Amino acid sequence: MSAATALPVTITGVRRAFPVPASRGGRADRASRSVRRGTTGGTVPAERIVLDQVDLTVEPGEIVAVIGPSGCGKSTLLRLLGGLDTPSAGTLRIGDQIVTGTDTRTAIGFQEPRLLPWRTVAQNVALGLPRGTPRSERATRVAELLELVGLTASADLRPRQISGGMAQRVSLARALARRPGVLLLDEPFGALDALTRLRMQEELLRVHAARPTTVLLVTHDVEEALYLADRVVALRTVSDGEHSPVSDVAPSVVRVLDVPGARPRDRADARLAELRVELLEGLGVVTHHVSGASEPYPAI
Amino acid sequence: MTTVSDQQTAASTRSQRAATTASTPRRSLLDRRGAAVVGGLLLPALLLLGWQLVTTTGLVLAYKLPTPASVWAAAVDLASNGDLYLYTAISTQRVLLGFAIGSALGLVVGAVVGLSRLGDVLLSTTLGAIRAVPSLAWVPLLILWLKIGEESKITLIAIGAFFPVYTTVSAALRHVDPHLVEAGRVYGLRGVSLLTGVQLPAVLPSVVSGLRLALAQSWLFLVAAELIASSMGLGFLLVDSGNNGRVDRMILAIVMLALMGKLTDALIGLLERRVLRRWT
Repeated sequence: MSAATALPVTITGVRRAFPVPASRGGRADRASRSVRRGTTGGTVPAERIVLDQVDLTVEPGEIVAVIGPSGCGKSTLLRLLGGLDTPSAGTLRIGDQIVTGTDTRTAIGFQEPRLLPWRTVAQNVALGLPRGTPRSERATRVAELLELVGLTASADLRPRQISGGMAQRVSLARALARRPGVLLLDEPFGALDALTRLRMQEELLRVHAARPTTVLLVTHDVEEALYLADRVVALRTVSDGEHSPVSDVAPSVVRVLDVPGARPRDRADARLAELRVELLEGLGVVTHHVSGASEPYPAI
Repeated sequence: MTTVSDQQTAASTRSQRAATTASTPRRSLLDRRGAAVVGGLLLPALLLLGWQLVTTTGLVLAYKLPTPASVWAAAVDLASNGDLYLYTAISTQRVLLGFAIGSALGLVVGAVVGLSRLGDVLLSTTLGAIRAVPSLAWVPLLILWLKIGEESKITLIAIGAFFPVYTTVSAALRHVDPHLVEAGRVYGLRGVSLLTGVQLPAVLPSVVSGLRLALAQSWLFLVAAELIASSMGLGFLLVDSGNNGRVDRMILAIVMLALMGKLTDALIGLLERRVLRRWT
Protein backbone atom coordinates (compact mmCIF):
# COMPACT_ATOMS: atom_id res chain seq x y z
CA MET A 1 0.00 0.00 0.00
CA SER A 2 1.39 3.38 -0.92
CA ALA A 3 2.02 5.79 1.89
CA ALA A 4 -0.22 8.80 2.13
CA THR A 5 1.43 12.06 1.25
CA ALA A 6 1.67 14.01 4.46
CA LEU A 7 0.60 17.62 4.08
CA PRO A 8 1.76 20.72 5.95
CA VAL A 9 -0.69 22.79 7.98
CA THR A 10 -0.47 26.56 8.15
CA ILE A 11 -2.63 28.53 10.53
CA THR A 12 -2.43 32.32 10.37
CA GLY A 13 -4.16 34.81 12.61
CA VAL A 14 -7.08 32.55 13.39
CA ARG A 15 -9.77 33.81 15.69
CA ARG A 16 -13.02 32.13 16.61
CA ALA A 17 -15.69 33.91 18.60
CA PHE A 18 -19.19 32.70 19.32
CA PRO A 19 -22.08 35.09 19.82
CA VAL A 20 -23.39 34.87 23.36
CA PRO A 21 -26.83 33.28 23.12
CA ALA A 22 -29.51 35.86 23.88
CA SER A 23 -32.01 33.50 25.45
CA ARG A 24 -29.63 32.09 28.03
CA GLY A 25 -30.05 33.00 31.66
CA GLY A 26 -32.53 35.24 33.37
CA ARG A 27 -32.97 38.93 33.82
CA ALA A 28 -29.66 39.40 35.65
CA ASP A 29 -27.75 38.07 32.65
CA ARG A 30 -29.55 40.39 30.28
CA ALA A 31 -28.81 43.34 32.56
CA SER A 32 -25.10 42.56 32.65
CA ARG A 33 -25.02 42.21 28.88
CA SER A 34 -26.64 45.57 28.33
CA VAL A 35 -24.15 47.16 30.71
CA ARG A 36 -21.36 45.56 28.75
CA ARG A 37 -22.83 46.81 25.52
CA GLY A 38 -22.63 50.29 26.97
CA THR A 39 -18.90 49.92 27.55
CA THR A 40 -18.18 48.62 24.07
CA GLY A 41 -20.06 51.32 22.25
CA GLY A 42 -23.67 50.19 22.26
CA THR A 43 -23.99 48.24 19.02
CA VAL A 44 -21.40 45.46 19.31
CA PRO A 45 -23.14 42.24 20.33
CA ALA A 46 -21.59 40.30 23.18
CA GLU A 47 -19.40 37.41 22.08
CA ARG A 48 -17.30 34.75 23.67
CA ILE A 49 -13.83 34.49 22.21
CA VAL A 50 -12.55 30.94 22.15
CA LEU A 51 -9.45 31.27 20.01
CA ASP A 52 -7.50 34.38 19.13
CA GLN A 53 -4.41 35.21 17.10
CA VAL A 54 -3.44 31.60 16.51
CA ASP A 55 -0.38 31.23 14.31
CA LEU A 56 1.03 27.78 13.85
CA THR A 57 2.86 25.87 11.17
CA VAL A 58 3.02 22.08 11.17
CA GLU A 59 5.53 20.30 8.96
CA PRO A 60 4.43 17.36 6.81
CA GLY A 61 4.65 14.14 8.79
CA GLU A 62 5.05 15.93 12.10
CA ILE A 63 3.08 14.98 15.20
CA VAL A 64 1.94 18.05 17.10
CA ALA A 65 0.07 17.77 20.38
CA VAL A 66 -2.22 20.57 21.50
CA ILE A 67 -2.75 20.87 25.24
CA GLY A 68 -4.50 23.38 27.45
CA PRO A 69 -7.14 23.73 30.12
CA SER A 70 -10.68 22.72 29.21
CA GLY A 71 -12.52 25.43 27.32
CA CYS A 72 -9.33 26.85 25.83
CA GLY A 73 -10.42 26.06 22.27
CA LYS A 74 -8.35 22.91 21.56
CA SER A 75 -11.25 21.07 20.03
CA THR A 76 -12.43 24.19 18.24
CA LEU A 77 -9.02 24.47 16.57
CA LEU A 78 -9.31 20.88 15.38
CA ARG A 79 -12.87 21.40 14.15
CA LEU A 80 -11.73 24.44 12.20
CA LEU A 81 -9.00 22.38 10.54
CA GLY A 82 -11.46 19.60 9.79
CA GLY A 83 -13.82 22.07 8.13
CA LEU A 84 -16.61 21.45 10.65
CA ASP A 85 -16.46 25.07 11.76
CA THR A 86 -15.37 28.35 10.15
CA PRO A 87 -13.02 30.89 11.71
CA SER A 88 -14.22 34.39 12.55
CA ALA A 89 -10.93 35.73 11.22
CA GLY A 90 -7.71 34.38 9.75
CA THR A 91 -7.05 31.40 7.49
CA LEU A 92 -6.21 27.76 7.86
CA ARG A 93 -4.33 26.04 5.07
CA ILE A 94 -3.79 22.39 4.43
CA GLY A 95 -1.11 21.99 1.82
CA ASP A 96 -1.59 25.22 -0.10
CA GLN A 97 -5.38 25.20 -0.07
CA ILE A 98 -7.50 27.12 2.39
CA VAL A 99 -9.88 24.93 4.42
CA THR A 100 -13.46 25.78 3.45
CA GLY A 101 -15.36 22.67 4.50
CA THR A 102 -14.87 18.99 5.21
CA ASP A 103 -12.55 17.61 2.59
CA THR A 104 -10.94 14.38 1.59
CA ARG A 105 -7.42 15.31 2.65
CA THR A 106 -8.23 15.39 6.34
CA ALA A 107 -9.68 12.77 8.62
CA ILE A 108 -10.95 13.30 12.14
CA GLY A 109 -10.82 10.86 15.00
CA PHE A 110 -13.23 11.94 17.69
CA GLN A 111 -13.07 11.43 21.42
CA GLU A 112 -16.00 9.01 21.09
CA PRO A 113 -15.63 6.31 18.44
CA ARG A 114 -18.86 7.48 16.73
CA LEU A 115 -19.34 4.20 14.90
CA LEU A 116 -22.61 3.58 13.09
CA PRO A 117 -24.28 0.93 15.29
CA TRP A 118 -26.10 -0.81 12.43
CA ARG A 119 -22.93 -1.46 10.47
CA THR A 120 -20.32 -4.09 11.19
CA VAL A 121 -16.78 -3.15 12.13
CA ALA A 122 -15.65 -3.73 8.53
CA GLN A 123 -18.51 -1.66 7.12
CA ASN A 124 -17.69 1.15 9.53
CA VAL A 125 -14.09 1.19 8.36
CA ALA A 126 -15.32 1.17 4.76
CA LEU A 127 -17.17 4.42 5.47
CA GLY A 128 -13.79 6.14 5.65
CA LEU A 129 -12.70 5.02 2.18
CA PRO A 130 -12.67 7.89 -0.30
CA ARG A 131 -15.68 8.04 -2.60
CA GLY A 132 -14.99 6.35 -5.89
CA THR A 133 -12.71 3.68 -4.48
CA PRO A 134 -13.19 0.75 -6.87
CA ARG A 135 -15.45 -1.94 -5.47
CA SER A 136 -12.78 -4.60 -5.92
CA GLU A 137 -10.32 -2.54 -3.93
CA ARG A 138 -12.65 -1.72 -1.03
CA ALA A 139 -12.59 -5.14 0.61
CA THR A 140 -8.82 -5.46 0.45
CA ARG A 141 -8.26 -1.94 1.79
CA VAL A 142 -10.61 -2.60 4.70
CA ALA A 143 -8.90 -5.92 5.43
CA GLU A 144 -5.47 -4.24 5.43
CA LEU A 145 -6.64 -1.51 7.79
CA LEU A 146 -8.26 -3.98 10.16
CA GLU A 147 -5.03 -5.91 10.23
CA LEU A 148 -3.12 -2.70 10.91
CA VAL A 149 -5.18 -2.05 14.04
CA GLY A 150 -5.34 -5.74 14.94
CA LEU A 151 -9.05 -6.27 14.49
CA THR A 152 -9.20 -8.78 11.65
CA ALA A 153 -11.04 -11.28 13.83
CA SER A 154 -13.71 -8.73 14.76
CA ALA A 155 -14.54 -7.60 11.22
CA ASP A 156 -18.09 -8.94 11.29
CA LEU A 157 -19.02 -7.81 14.79
CA ARG A 158 -21.17 -4.79 15.44
CA PRO A 159 -19.99 -1.81 17.52
CA ARG A 160 -22.17 -2.93 20.42
CA GLN A 161 -20.32 -6.22 20.61
CA ILE A 162 -16.80 -4.81 21.00
CA SER A 163 -14.98 -3.04 23.82
CA GLY A 164 -14.30 0.69 24.04
CA GLY A 165 -10.64 0.26 23.12
CA MET A 166 -11.55 -1.85 20.09
CA ALA A 167 -14.15 0.71 19.02
CA GLN A 168 -11.56 3.45 19.25
CA ARG A 169 -9.21 1.40 17.05
CA VAL A 170 -12.02 0.95 14.52
CA SER A 171 -12.46 4.71 14.59
CA LEU A 172 -8.73 5.14 13.95
CA ALA A 173 -8.84 2.64 11.08
CA ARG A 174 -11.80 4.49 9.58
CA ALA A 175 -9.86 7.76 9.76
CA LEU A 176 -6.81 6.12 8.16
CA ALA A 177 -8.97 4.66 5.40
CA ARG A 178 -9.07 8.08 3.80
CA ARG A 179 -5.27 8.06 3.49
CA PRO A 180 -5.42 11.50 5.03
CA GLY A 181 -2.74 14.08 4.43
CA VAL A 182 -3.55 15.38 7.89
CA LEU A 183 -4.95 13.27 10.69
CA LEU A 184 -6.83 15.23 13.31
CA LEU A 185 -7.32 13.46 16.62
CA ASP A 186 -9.54 15.00 19.27
CA GLU A 187 -8.67 13.40 22.61
CA PRO A 188 -8.89 10.03 20.89
CA PHE A 189 -7.87 8.05 23.96
CA GLY A 190 -9.49 10.26 26.57
CA ALA A 191 -12.36 7.92 27.33
CA LEU A 192 -10.22 4.82 27.67
CA ASP A 193 -8.85 3.22 30.80
CA ALA A 194 -5.20 3.93 31.62
CA LEU A 195 -3.72 0.67 30.33
CA THR A 196 -5.71 0.66 27.11
CA ARG A 197 -4.65 4.25 26.58
CA LEU A 198 -0.96 3.32 26.77
CA ARG A 199 -1.51 0.50 24.28
CA MET A 200 -3.37 2.81 21.94
CA GLN A 201 -0.51 5.31 22.08
CA GLU A 202 1.86 2.58 20.93
CA GLU A 203 -0.66 1.67 18.26
CA LEU A 204 -0.75 5.24 16.98
CA LEU A 205 3.05 5.45 16.83
CA ARG A 206 3.22 2.14 15.00
CA VAL A 207 0.64 3.28 12.47
CA HIS A 208 2.40 6.62 12.07
CA ALA A 209 5.73 4.88 11.49
CA ALA A 210 4.17 2.57 8.93
CA ARG A 211 2.37 5.36 7.15
CA PRO A 212 3.73 8.80 8.03
CA THR A 213 1.05 11.44 7.98
CA THR A 214 0.79 14.83 9.63
CA VAL A 215 -0.94 14.40 12.99
CA LEU A 216 -2.58 17.04 15.14
CA LEU A 217 -3.46 15.54 18.46
CA VAL A 218 -5.60 17.33 20.99
CA THR A 219 -5.14 15.93 24.46
CA HIS A 220 -5.50 16.92 28.08
CA ASP A 221 -2.88 14.39 29.05
CA VAL A 222 0.49 16.17 29.26
CA GLU A 223 2.37 12.90 29.53
CA GLU A 224 0.68 11.60 26.38
CA ALA A 225 1.56 14.82 24.55
CA LEU A 226 5.23 14.54 25.50
CA TYR A 227 5.42 10.85 24.69
CA LEU A 228 3.83 11.08 21.25
CA ALA A 229 4.57 14.49 19.81
CA ASP A 230 7.46 16.23 18.09
CA ARG A 231 6.16 19.50 19.41
CA VAL A 232 3.65 20.44 22.09
CA VAL A 233 1.52 23.53 21.67
CA ALA A 234 0.02 24.95 24.85
CA LEU A 235 -3.15 26.99 24.58
CA ARG A 236 -4.81 29.10 27.21
CA THR A 237 -8.31 30.32 27.83
CA VAL A 238 -8.59 33.74 26.22
CA SER A 239 -11.96 34.71 27.58
CA ASP A 240 -13.35 33.25 30.75
CA GLY A 241 -17.02 33.77 29.98
CA GLU A 242 -16.91 37.33 31.27
CA HIS A 243 -16.88 38.55 27.65
CA SER A 244 -13.79 40.69 28.08
CA PRO A 245 -13.46 43.37 25.42
CA VAL A 246 -11.67 42.37 22.24
CA SER A 247 -8.68 44.65 22.81
CA ASP A 248 -7.78 42.84 26.06
CA VAL A 249 -7.50 39.41 24.49
CA ALA A 250 -4.04 37.91 24.29
CA PRO A 251 -2.99 35.22 21.78
CA SER A 252 -4.29 31.72 22.43
CA VAL A 253 -0.94 30.02 21.98
CA VAL A 254 1.14 30.45 25.12
CA ARG A 255 3.98 28.18 24.27
CA VAL A 256 5.37 25.90 21.57
CA LEU A 257 7.72 23.32 22.98
CA ASP A 258 10.11 21.11 21.02
CA VAL A 259 10.12 17.72 22.66
CA PRO A 260 13.69 16.42 22.96
CA GLY A 261 14.71 12.99 21.73
CA ALA A 262 13.35 10.72 19.01
CA ARG A 263 10.45 8.30 19.14
CA PRO A 264 9.95 5.78 20.58
CA ARG A 265 10.69 7.65 23.75
CA ASP A 266 11.58 6.27 27.13
CA ARG A 267 8.49 6.71 29.29
CA ALA A 268 10.79 7.10 32.32
CA ASP A 269 12.96 9.77 30.64
CA ALA A 270 13.97 12.34 33.30
CA ARG A 271 13.91 15.23 30.81
CA LEU A 272 10.33 14.39 29.91
CA ALA A 273 9.37 14.21 33.57
CA GLU A 274 10.90 17.66 34.08
CA LEU A 275 9.02 19.04 31.08
CA ARG A 276 5.83 17.41 32.27
CA VAL A 277 6.03 19.21 35.60
CA GLU A 278 6.81 22.43 33.79
CA LEU A 279 3.83 22.11 31.46
CA LEU A 280 1.49 21.07 34.24
CA GLU A 281 2.48 24.08 36.30
CA GLY A 282 1.85 26.20 33.25
CA LEU A 283 -1.66 24.77 33.23
CA GLY A 284 -2.06 25.84 36.83
CA VAL A 285 -1.64 22.42 38.44
CA VAL A 286 0.11 22.19 41.81
CA THR A 287 2.81 19.56 41.26
CA HIS A 288 4.69 19.66 44.62
CA HIS A 289 7.85 19.50 42.56
CA VAL A 290 10.84 20.61 44.65
CA SER A 291 13.95 20.81 42.50
CA GLY A 292 15.04 23.40 39.95
CA ALA A 293 12.95 25.43 37.59
CA SER A 294 9.48 25.49 39.02
CA GLU A 295 8.76 28.87 37.51
CA PRO A 296 5.66 28.97 35.34
CA TYR A 297 6.72 29.08 31.72
CA PRO A 298 7.10 32.53 30.21
CA ALA A 299 4.60 33.77 27.68
CA ILE A 300 5.97 34.05 24.16
CA MET B 1 -23.64 1.72 -0.38
CA THR B 2 -24.33 -2.00 -0.01
CA THR B 3 -21.64 -3.94 -1.77
CA VAL B 4 -21.30 -7.63 -2.35
CA SER B 5 -18.85 -7.88 0.52
CA ASP B 6 -21.29 -6.01 2.76
CA GLN B 7 -23.91 -8.63 2.12
CA GLN B 8 -21.45 -11.42 2.67
CA THR B 9 -20.32 -10.02 5.97
CA ALA B 10 -23.90 -9.48 7.05
CA ALA B 11 -24.74 -13.06 6.13
CA SER B 12 -21.78 -14.43 8.01
CA THR B 13 -22.72 -12.30 11.04
CA ARG B 14 -26.17 -13.82 10.94
CA SER B 15 -24.86 -17.33 10.80
CA GLN B 16 -22.43 -16.54 13.57
CA ARG B 17 -25.21 -15.20 15.75
CA ALA B 18 -27.36 -18.23 14.99
CA ALA B 19 -24.49 -20.38 16.20
CA THR B 20 -24.17 -18.43 19.45
CA THR B 21 -27.89 -18.55 20.20
CA ALA B 22 -27.92 -22.28 19.53
CA SER B 23 -25.15 -22.78 22.05
CA THR B 24 -26.89 -20.74 24.76
CA PRO B 25 -27.10 -23.25 27.60
CA ARG B 26 -30.50 -23.02 29.31
CA ARG B 27 -33.42 -20.73 28.86
CA SER B 28 -36.40 -20.44 31.10
CA LEU B 29 -39.68 -22.01 30.00
CA LEU B 30 -41.30 -18.65 29.22
CA ASP B 31 -38.56 -17.74 26.71
CA ARG B 32 -39.48 -20.56 24.35
CA ARG B 33 -41.56 -19.54 21.42
CA GLY B 34 -44.03 -22.39 21.77
CA ALA B 35 -44.60 -21.53 25.41
CA ALA B 36 -45.22 -17.90 24.50
CA VAL B 37 -47.86 -18.86 21.95
CA VAL B 38 -49.61 -21.23 24.35
CA GLY B 39 -49.44 -18.62 27.12
CA GLY B 40 -50.92 -15.99 24.85
CA LEU B 41 -53.82 -18.28 23.98
CA LEU B 42 -54.55 -19.08 27.60
CA LEU B 43 -56.65 -16.00 28.31
CA PRO B 44 -58.74 -16.29 25.10
CA ALA B 45 -59.43 -19.92 25.98
CA LEU B 46 -60.57 -18.92 29.46
CA LEU B 47 -62.77 -16.18 28.00
CA LEU B 48 -64.31 -18.69 25.61
CA LEU B 49 -64.98 -21.04 28.48
CA GLY B 50 -66.56 -18.28 30.53
CA TRP B 51 -68.65 -17.23 27.54
CA GLN B 52 -69.86 -20.77 27.10
CA LEU B 53 -70.71 -21.05 30.81
CA VAL B 54 -72.68 -17.81 31.17
CA THR B 55 -74.68 -18.44 27.99
CA THR B 56 -75.55 -22.12 28.54
CA THR B 57 -76.49 -21.58 32.18
CA GLY B 58 -78.83 -18.76 31.13
CA LEU B 59 -76.98 -16.20 33.26
CA VAL B 60 -76.91 -13.89 30.21
CA LEU B 61 -79.87 -14.10 27.84
CA ALA B 62 -79.21 -15.30 24.31
CA TYR B 63 -80.52 -12.16 22.61
CA LYS B 64 -77.79 -10.19 24.37
CA LEU B 65 -75.03 -12.72 24.04
CA PRO B 66 -75.50 -15.80 21.85
CA THR B 67 -73.58 -18.99 22.59
CA PRO B 68 -70.19 -19.57 20.99
CA ALA B 69 -71.78 -22.38 19.01
CA SER B 70 -74.33 -20.06 17.38
CA VAL B 71 -71.60 -17.55 16.48
CA TRP B 72 -69.70 -20.43 14.90
CA ALA B 73 -72.89 -21.44 13.06
CA ALA B 74 -73.25 -17.86 11.80
CA ALA B 75 -69.65 -18.00 10.57
CA VAL B 76 -70.27 -21.27 8.75
CA ASP B 77 -73.47 -19.87 7.29
CA LEU B 78 -71.79 -16.70 6.00
CA ALA B 79 -68.80 -18.63 4.77
CA SER B 80 -70.94 -21.03 2.78
CA ASN B 81 -72.34 -18.28 0.54
CA GLY B 82 -68.91 -16.63 0.32
CA ASP B 83 -69.89 -13.42 2.11
CA LEU B 84 -67.52 -13.91 5.03
CA TYR B 85 -64.58 -14.36 2.71
CA LEU B 86 -65.65 -11.42 0.53
CA TYR B 87 -66.16 -9.06 3.49
CA THR B 88 -62.86 -9.99 5.09
CA ALA B 89 -61.01 -9.69 1.80
CA ILE B 90 -62.46 -6.30 0.88
CA SER B 91 -61.77 -4.91 4.37
CA THR B 92 -58.20 -6.21 4.30
CA GLN B 93 -57.68 -4.75 0.85
CA ARG B 94 -58.92 -1.35 2.01
CA VAL B 95 -56.68 -1.44 5.07
CA LEU B 96 -53.59 -2.48 3.12
CA LEU B 97 -54.08 0.11 0.37
CA GLY B 98 -54.86 2.92 2.78
CA PHE B 99 -52.00 1.88 5.03
CA ALA B 100 -49.52 1.77 2.14
CA ILE B 101 -50.51 5.20 0.83
CA GLY B 102 -50.78 6.85 4.23
CA SER B 103 -47.54 5.48 5.64
CA ALA B 104 -45.58 6.32 2.47
CA LEU B 105 -46.81 9.90 2.67
CA GLY B 106 -46.13 9.93 6.40
CA LEU B 107 -42.55 8.84 5.78
CA VAL B 108 -41.92 11.56 3.19
CA VAL B 109 -43.61 14.38 5.10
CA GLY B 110 -42.07 13.18 8.37
CA ALA B 111 -38.62 13.33 6.74
CA VAL B 112 -39.24 16.87 5.47
CA VAL B 113 -40.48 18.12 8.84
CA GLY B 114 -37.82 16.24 10.81
CA LEU B 115 -34.86 17.34 8.71
CA SER B 116 -35.65 20.86 7.59
CA ARG B 117 -36.28 23.72 9.94
CA LEU B 118 -38.34 25.41 7.22
CA GLY B 119 -40.52 22.34 6.73
CA ASP B 120 -41.03 22.14 10.47
CA VAL B 121 -42.07 25.79 10.73
CA LEU B 122 -44.38 25.65 7.72
CA LEU B 123 -46.04 22.27 8.20
CA SER B 124 -46.04 21.07 11.78
CA THR B 125 -48.74 23.43 13.12
CA THR B 126 -51.20 22.63 10.33
CA LEU B 127 -50.56 18.91 10.51
CA GLY B 128 -50.95 18.97 14.27
CA ALA B 129 -54.36 20.61 13.85
CA ILE B 130 -55.45 18.13 11.19
CA ARG B 131 -54.37 15.25 13.39
CA ALA B 132 -56.69 16.52 16.12
CA VAL B 133 -59.76 15.99 13.91
CA PRO B 134 -61.54 12.78 14.98
CA SER B 135 -61.79 10.11 12.30
CA LEU B 136 -65.58 10.14 12.07
CA ALA B 137 -65.58 13.87 11.36
CA TRP B 138 -63.97 13.23 7.97
CA VAL B 139 -66.56 10.76 6.77
CA PRO B 140 -69.34 13.11 5.55
CA LEU B 141 -66.85 15.38 3.84
CA LEU B 142 -65.01 12.54 2.12
CA ILE B 143 -68.29 11.08 0.92
CA LEU B 144 -69.29 14.45 -0.48
CA TRP B 145 -65.98 14.90 -2.27
CA LEU B 146 -65.11 11.36 -3.30
CA LYS B 147 -68.57 9.72 -3.44
CA ILE B 148 -69.47 6.48 -1.74
CA GLY B 149 -66.79 4.37 -3.33
CA GLU B 150 -63.49 2.81 -2.50
CA GLU B 151 -61.69 6.17 -2.83
CA SER B 152 -63.38 7.78 0.15
CA LYS B 153 -62.73 4.77 2.38
CA ILE B 154 -59.12 4.34 1.34
CA THR B 155 -58.51 8.07 1.77
CA LEU B 156 -59.89 7.94 5.30
CA ILE B 157 -57.69 4.96 6.16
CA ALA B 158 -54.70 6.71 4.59
CA ILE B 159 -55.35 9.71 6.86
CA GLY B 160 -55.42 7.32 9.79
CA ALA B 161 -52.16 5.62 8.78
CA PHE B 162 -50.39 8.88 7.93
CA PHE B 163 -50.19 10.42 11.38
CA PRO B 164 -48.47 7.72 13.45
CA VAL B 165 -45.75 7.40 10.81
CA TYR B 166 -45.42 11.14 10.34
CA THR B 167 -45.17 11.79 14.08
CA THR B 168 -42.66 9.07 14.93
CA VAL B 169 -40.47 9.68 11.88
CA SER B 170 -40.29 13.45 12.24
CA ALA B 171 -39.60 13.24 15.98
CA ALA B 172 -36.97 10.53 15.52
CA LEU B 173 -35.15 12.36 12.72
CA ARG B 174 -35.00 15.48 14.86
CA HIS B 175 -33.19 13.51 17.55
CA VAL B 176 -30.68 11.54 15.50
CA ASP B 177 -27.40 11.62 17.43
CA PRO B 178 -25.68 14.77 16.09
CA HIS B 179 -22.34 13.07 16.69
CA LEU B 180 -23.17 10.37 14.15
CA VAL B 181 -24.42 12.91 11.63
CA GLU B 182 -21.21 14.87 12.05
CA ALA B 183 -19.15 11.72 11.62
CA GLY B 184 -21.09 11.05 8.41
CA ARG B 185 -20.32 14.56 7.17
CA VAL B 186 -16.64 14.20 8.01
CA TYR B 187 -16.54 11.09 5.86
CA GLY B 188 -18.06 12.84 2.87
CA LEU B 189 -21.78 12.08 3.19
CA ARG B 190 -24.13 14.91 2.34
CA GLY B 191 -27.73 15.42 1.30
CA VAL B 192 -29.31 12.22 0.06
CA SER B 193 -26.30 10.05 0.91
CA LEU B 194 -26.33 11.40 4.47
CA LEU B 195 -30.07 10.66 4.68
CA THR B 196 -29.76 7.10 3.41
CA GLY B 197 -26.37 6.42 5.01
CA VAL B 198 -26.90 7.77 8.51
CA GLN B 199 -30.20 9.43 9.26
CA LEU B 200 -32.68 6.84 7.94
CA PRO B 201 -30.82 3.81 9.33
CA ALA B 202 -30.59 5.61 12.67
CA VAL B 203 -34.36 6.03 12.85
CA LEU B 204 -35.27 2.65 11.36
CA PRO B 205 -36.51 1.17 14.66
CA SER B 206 -38.77 4.22 15.14
CA VAL B 207 -40.02 3.93 11.57
CA VAL B 208 -41.03 0.33 12.13
CA SER B 209 -42.81 1.05 15.38
CA GLY B 210 -44.56 3.96 13.64
CA LEU B 211 -45.67 1.56 10.91
CA ARG B 212 -47.00 -0.80 13.52
CA LEU B 213 -49.06 1.93 15.15
CA ALA B 214 -50.24 3.08 11.72
CA LEU B 215 -51.50 -0.39 10.87
CA ALA B 216 -53.51 -0.58 14.07
CA GLN B 217 -54.92 2.86 13.36
CA SER B 218 -55.79 1.75 9.81
CA TRP B 219 -58.14 -0.91 11.20
CA LEU B 220 -59.73 1.67 13.47
CA PHE B 221 -60.35 4.00 10.57
CA LEU B 222 -61.61 1.13 8.42
CA VAL B 223 -64.50 0.56 10.77
CA ALA B 224 -65.22 4.29 10.83
CA ALA B 225 -65.34 4.25 7.03
CA GLU B 226 -67.47 1.14 6.73
CA LEU B 227 -69.89 1.96 9.51
CA ILE B 228 -71.45 4.78 7.63
CA ALA B 229 -71.47 4.15 3.93
CA SER B 230 -70.70 0.71 2.60
CA SER B 231 -72.31 -2.41 1.24
CA MET B 232 -69.45 -4.79 1.98
CA GLY B 233 -66.78 -5.34 4.57
CA LEU B 234 -66.51 -6.25 8.24
CA GLY B 235 -67.65 -2.81 9.37
CA PHE B 236 -70.71 -3.18 7.16
CA LEU B 237 -71.36 -6.63 8.60
CA LEU B 238 -71.22 -5.11 12.05
CA VAL B 239 -73.67 -2.30 11.41
CA ASP B 240 -75.97 -4.34 9.16
CA SER B 241 -76.24 -7.12 11.74
CA GLY B 242 -76.93 -4.51 14.41
CA ASN B 243 -79.82 -3.18 12.39
CA ASN B 244 -81.19 -6.69 11.86
CA GLY B 245 -80.71 -7.81 15.44
CA ARG B 246 -78.21 -10.51 14.47
CA VAL B 247 -76.05 -10.39 17.59
CA ASP B 248 -74.26 -13.60 16.53
CA ARG B 249 -73.03 -11.91 13.34
CA MET B 250 -72.05 -8.77 15.23
CA ILE B 251 -69.86 -10.83 17.52
CA LEU B 252 -68.53 -12.67 14.50
CA ALA B 253 -67.57 -9.34 12.88
CA ILE B 254 -65.80 -8.23 16.05
CA VAL B 255 -63.92 -11.51 16.32
CA MET B 256 -62.91 -11.25 12.65
CA LEU B 257 -61.65 -7.69 13.16
CA ALA B 258 -59.65 -8.84 16.16
CA LEU B 259 -58.20 -11.79 14.27
CA MET B 260 -57.28 -9.82 11.14
CA GLY B 261 -55.85 -6.97 13.18
CA LYS B 262 -53.74 -9.34 15.22
CA LEU B 263 -52.62 -11.26 12.14
CA THR B 264 -51.42 -8.18 10.24
CA ASP B 265 -49.81 -6.86 13.41
CA ALA B 266 -47.96 -10.15 13.84
CA LEU B 267 -46.66 -9.87 10.27
CA ILE B 268 -45.30 -6.39 10.89
CA GLY B 269 -43.92 -7.66 14.20
CA LEU B 270 -41.88 -10.18 12.22
CA LEU B 271 -40.55 -7.35 10.06
CA GLU B 272 -39.70 -5.40 13.18
CA ARG B 273 -37.75 -8.30 14.63
CA ARG B 274 -35.76 -8.69 11.42
CA VAL B 275 -34.99 -4.99 11.26
CA LEU B 276 -33.94 -4.75 14.90
CA ARG B 277 -31.75 -7.80 14.60
CA ARG B 278 -29.92 -6.20 11.71
CA TRP B 279 -29.74 -2.91 13.57
CA THR B 280 -28.32 -4.05 16.90
